[in-house]
Amino acid sequence: MFFNNLKQLHGKVYINETWCKGCGFCVQFCPTNVLDISSDYNAKGYHPPYAKNPEKCHDCQYCQIICPEFSIFVTRDDENERGVTEK
Amino acid sequence: MTTDIGKFKHDSPMSGTLRMERMPHIWCPGCGIGSEVNAFAEAIKRSGIDPKKLVVVSGIGCTGRVAGYVDFDSIHTTHGRAIPVATGIKLANPELTVVVFSGEGDLTGIGGNHLIHAARRNMDLVVICNNNFTYGMTGGQVTPTTPHSAIASTTPYGNYEYPFSLPFLVDAAGATYIARWTSMDVRNVTQSIEEALAHKGFSFIEIISPCTTLYLRRNRLGDGVDMLQHYQENTVLKHGCDTRETAIDFQGKIVIGKFVDKVKPTYLEAVDQCCVKLVGDDYQLYGKTIPEREAEEKAEKEKVAARRAAVLAEQTEANE
Amino acid sequence: MKTVPAEPKGVDSGPHFMDGDQAIAEGALAAGCRFFAGYPITPSTETAERFAERAPEVGALFIQMEDELASIAALIGAAWGGRKAMTVTCGPGFSLMVENIGLAAMTETPLVIANVQRGGPSTGLPTLTAQQDMMQARYGSHGDYAIIALSPDSPQECFDITVEAFNLSEFYRVPVIILTDETVGHMHEKVVIPPAEQIQVVPRNNYSGPKEDFRPYKFDCQGGHPMARAGDGYNFHITGLTHDERGYPVMTAEQSKIVVTHLMEKIHGNADKIIRLDEDQIDGADVVVVSYGITSRIAIKAIQDARKEGIKVGSLRLITIWPFCEKRIRELAPKIKAFVVPEINYGQMVLEVERCAGGKCETISVNHCGGAVHDPEVILAAIRKANQ
Repeated sequence: MFFNNLKQLHGKVYINETWCKGCGFCVQFCPTNVLDISSDYNAKGYHPPYAKNPEKCHDCQYCQIICPEFSIFVTRDDENERGVTEK
Repeated sequence: MTTDIGKFKHDSPMSGTLRMERMPHIWCPGCGIGSEVNAFAEAIKRSGIDPKKLVVVSGIGCTGRVAGYVDFDSIHTTHGRAIPVATGIKLANPELTVVVFSGEGDLTGIGGNHLIHAARRNMDLVVICNNNFTYGMTGGQVTPTTPHSAIASTTPYGNYEYPFSLPFLVDAAGATYIARWTSMDVRNVTQSIEEALAHKGFSFIEIISPCTTLYLRRNRLGDGVDMLQHYQENTVLKHGCDTRETAIDFQGKIVIGKFVDKVKPTYLEAVDQCCVKLVGDDYQLYGKTIPEREAEEKAEKEKVAARRAAVLAEQTEANE
Repeated sequence: MKTVPAEPKGVDSGPHFMDGDQAIAEGALAAGCRFFAGYPITPSTETAERFAERAPEVGALFIQMEDELASIAALIGAAWGGRKAMTVTCGPGFSLMVENIGLAAMTETPLVIANVQRGGPSTGLPTLTAQQDMMQARYGSHGDYAIIALSPDSPQECFDITVEAFNLSEFYRVPVIILTDETVGHMHEKVVIPPAEQIQVVPRNNYSGPKEDFRPYKFDCQGGHPMARAGDGYNFHITGLTHDERGYPVMTAEQSKIVVTHLMEKIHGNADKIIRLDEDQIDGADVVVVSYGITSRIAIKAIQDARKEGIKVGSLRLITIWPFCEKRIRELAPKIKAFVVPEINYGQMVLEVERCAGGKCETISVNHCGGAVHDPEVILAAIRKANQ
């Protein structure tokens, strides 16, 4: 570790595709580019996000707080060295 | 594309703060109100205040619907009247924390008189104003804050009126906590709401936010992401900035930050001061003397501090 | 209606010499009103002044708001905050208040508004009497809803009726309007305030059951449904939108039928329980004078003179204006020659009397354009004409 003994955190992203309206905030403003827009459609006809690089998630929760649809949340992932995504 | 909605609702950190049974909400894709509500919910959790003692009051319009989505005592009032209704609740039961969450058309247009008078009285309320420069619910008409030259459905050739600068307005009226952020700055919004909840007196938080369907489309400013990027590039952080210098020009620089944070007796403190002189130490409001109410307030403050410490400890632990 | 004796702190028992406006403030304090938000307007201001003066010793709160819009909005907040609340105004202020009378009716919020009527329209006659807001009180706000309105004819009755107004308001969870007038409002008379234990008040019905069973509304066309108090942890939601029993917006024709029917029938279906009338020598009468407020006191002189002339005149004084005493008018119409309706307006309540009489007898309007009370001779002339 380069800064004291801070541990690199890992997060797990939960996405609710059903409520998503495809605004793209989470994808655009994720600082580590975990998310990307899916090519799939949800029932409303929007492209929801998916975790393209789940292992890069550092649990900053910015996607959770910027999501205007309350459709993403992130939890700490202690077990896995690398983050994973659940649908 | 299958999400277990029931499980998602149950596991979401927002359950307990939002009425999950009412989701999905009515706001458009790219609208900033949802992000603000997220920040608000986060601030409530972190502040340590008892959610039972929190009341959210909204007026009419897109932001007016906030009251219907938060899982607290909540009132969706008539157009512009959120602040006087909130005043009534606060004065009926001073133990409550009362938050007004509404739009700029509601708070500064039709309800402008109530806004300045609540600020003048230093009524102990938190007013969160979503400023998207338009009347969204009715189709994108010009509001008191629409920048000069911006196009709205009722100013199809450009707005020729002069807009309000809200921090300057409420500062002049006597507000004791004033901050402005954009819906991009959700972390700062969270922090500001936390501070405002702890602040005694009239707190005003303006949040500039994109109305994608009407304001952005009509002014050809792209979508929500474009606007949030615009905020990133064009906001100037100036804590303590003189509120006379916070005016917003069309697509110009936006000064953000905490502008005012000062101490002044609230309306109820002023009532107490007057009445105790008149009636003496056994003056009671709703059957409780001032020392009794102060003791209760102190006890509640200690509980809030303990809850807040617990939340912070949890976070620190998580980061170690 | 479950009642309890009044809280002694608000009751200034004993004989007083005061005007109608002041009696309203005393009635409110006796009924347990502890929150008053108002805006000054002649001829109602004395009520606000009296309340402001008495508030510190009673432990109540008075606030002068920035306008009437804010005053009634604050009452709605205070009512859900757990206090009994009232305001006072007259025509121009009432015009501003009707917006939130609609919200109070829709959200079933108990509150009391006194309208000390003065001459209109617009600024009209600020210091002179009238009864021109009778229909506005009933139909002022947009949409279908029902309210209760009461009309006192003396300062003593101002006190009594204010207590009653609070009781009805609490039970039916509806705005109740005290429709008095400048003359009664500014008339000084003896007012006897009874001891607290003799004043029966309906306490606020706060819900106390389990949270999952809590519903802020029950669309059963009846009163008596409990409400929640902010801060009790029931997380109520109330809205002016058409809503379900949880208070959540449901904007459909079906739900509108349920809500509007409830709001109307809650009052009209219980009209027999609500309505109070003051009748005198109605049995066997040929002519019945229907009056209310100050006009009923002028009518007494005309009625006495008519009786001296041998005319069989009865008096029907409306204490409850709304809901209207439809049933009683329908009963009387076939038995009499005519109703005589004196009122200080261009003919408002006479329309209701005429509608309910249904052509079975004549209805004679004795109207007056405001600024003064009737000359009893004019009413007497109408009685003579009615008896022909």
